[in-house]
Amino acid sequence: MRTPLLLDIAADACGDRPAVGGRSGGLDFAAYRARASRVAVWLAGKGKANTAFLGMNGDALPVLLFASGMAGTPFVPLNYRLADADLNKLVARTAPAVLVADDDMLARIAPVDGVELVARSAFEAEFLQGAVPEPVLLDEAENDIAVLLFTSGTTGEPKAAVLRHGNLTSYVMSTVEFLGADEEEAALVSVPSYHIAGISAILTAAYGGRRIVYLPAFTAEEWVATAAREGITHAMVVPTMLDRILDVIAATVETLPALRALSYGGGKMPEPVIARALAMLPHVAFVNAYGLTETSSTIALLGAEDHRAAFASDDPVVRRRIASVGQPLPSLELEIRREDGTCCDVGEHGEIHVRGEQVSGEYLHKKAIADDGWFATNDAGWLDAGGYLFVEGRLDDVIVRGGENISPGEIEDVLRSFDDIADCAVLGIPCEKWGEKVVAVIVSRSGAPDTGAMAATIKAKLRSTKTPEIWFLRDELPYNETGKLLRRILKAELAEEVCAG
Amino acid sequence: MELKPGSRWKSAVCDAQLVVVRPPSAAGELQCGGAPVLPIDDASAPSGDVSADFAAGVMIGKRYTDAASGIEVLGAKAGKGSLAFNGVAMTIKGAKPLPASD
Repeated sequence: MRTPLLLDIAADACGDRPAVGGRSGGLDFAAYRARASRVAVWLAGKGKANTAFLGMNGDALPVLLFASGMAGTPFVPLNYRLADADLNKLVARTAPAVLVADDDMLARIAPVDGVELVARSAFEAEFLQGAVPEPVLLDEAENDIAVLLFTSGTTGEPKAAVLRHGNLTSYVMSTVEFLGADEEEAALVSVPSYHIAGISAILTAAYGGRRIVYLPAFTAEEWVATAAREGITHAMVVPTMLDRILDVIAATVETLPALRALSYGGGKMPEPVIARALAMLPHVAFVNAYGLTETSSTIALLGAEDHRAAFASDDPVVRRRIASVGQPLPSLELEIRREDGTCCDVGEHGEIHVRGEQVSGEYLHKKAIADDGWFATNDAGWLDAGGYLFVEGRLDDVIVRGGENISPGEIEDVLRSFDDIADCAVLGIPCEKWGEKVVAVIVSRSGAPDTGAMAATIKAKLRSTKTPEIWFLRDELPYNETGKLLRRILKAELAEEVCAG
Repeated sequence: MELKPGSRWKSAVCDAQLVVVRPPSAAGELQCGGAPVLPIDDASAPSGDVSADFAAGVMIGKRYTDAASGIEVLGAKAGKGSLAFNGVAMTIKGAKPLPASD
């Protein structure tokens, strides 16, 4: 099954329903498909293998994504935050390609054989403005690769994750009800196009019949203003965004009455932030989603009921679930495995493995999926007795101290229970005696943290080997723009500081 | 008829439109309102009567399955006829919708 089908059936069933853009001047589903089909004809005429995109969020993006699927050219969104040298390496890897780029980014791109550069303003003038054209009926394309997403490449060269039409449509159709949204619903998308959630948001909204509205780039003020103006009912945010959004709401009289559901993911949400969100937005259903690029987005989620149950419960097992990512989707299988490949017991930490039609587990020229379909996520985690999944972070981030494997996540959770901790990270840095030693980097609200009390609590709740040996105080921790803590950067800085000091 | 995943069909006797989500394990006939379905691009308008035995209707957005063959079909447009595979009525798949997560 191919992604354009999702738009096709929505356009046939409710062509006059608003699909993309603001309340005025946006596209309805019929216009969305018609414009995408014209772009597809243009792309097919170019005869390039790939369709690349470098730019801020906007209505051109979903049109180009569906057009790529219709034309059978994989869609390759590029990260505009990369340094020019790194960006140009990726541009070269998309060749032969048509590259639609924001006008103010054109100068960043060095000419490369096989890459035809198209200014976004010219693209929009040709395909998004003027009277809506008649749709063109295209023959179904052959290429079953829908999207290539470059992974963030914190280790080595970025890998191009392959998402096939079958992976994406399977994800959409198993998680969303066709036209399940009512006509008033609108989703605000602020994650960038080169993030898997930016892609899946387009597909799930089209199939669900929900209008999508874009923020070109995230600021909390713009987010709140757009949500109010557009009557936004649904949105996905990363943890750092939510905290700033709450600050803006607190500083204004805006209550976002239309907002129904906020999902969050892409990093660990500090419990105080979600507690604050629940208190400030009592009418909103919160959903925590966990997924990877290689799994076509969400594979587990913690729903609104789970949030309420966890916060209301005196049972520590249930209470703790607020820090979980909920239960795996019913449409896939999930296991926690030991290093030897056997399954972990309840509560035992291991590597998260997943299998299902939405799981691609594939990079260009390299399959990372086992012959039996299981994909090793490289994430550490565990399941509780109720089947709730706790994600501890990347397996590579596990600290090995004197032969003992220590997950930073559980130590960070204890630290976050202190009101004085605004943010924290626990890391292992090289140490002659133990191989690695546990250190904590904390952002203190008071500026004078009681690390002695924190150490004592960790020792009592966990064990002495998990107690940080060195404490670093910072004003803030480094994150990428999608809310992922840049552990490796932090680790390198600390190792240097310790050596120097 | 080749009931490939993603293939689109329409009822011969009502307004229902369908998408095959999962193919059947063996070849067979997809029927709506008691009559074989037609390819979506078939030019003919619905004609004839919906069979009284297959008149429970197709609902938009619902999924219908036949346990024996494994075929699964999405209602892409509603209609008066109901679905059958080789004459056996298909049943509605009672999946609880998940909350939006992206």
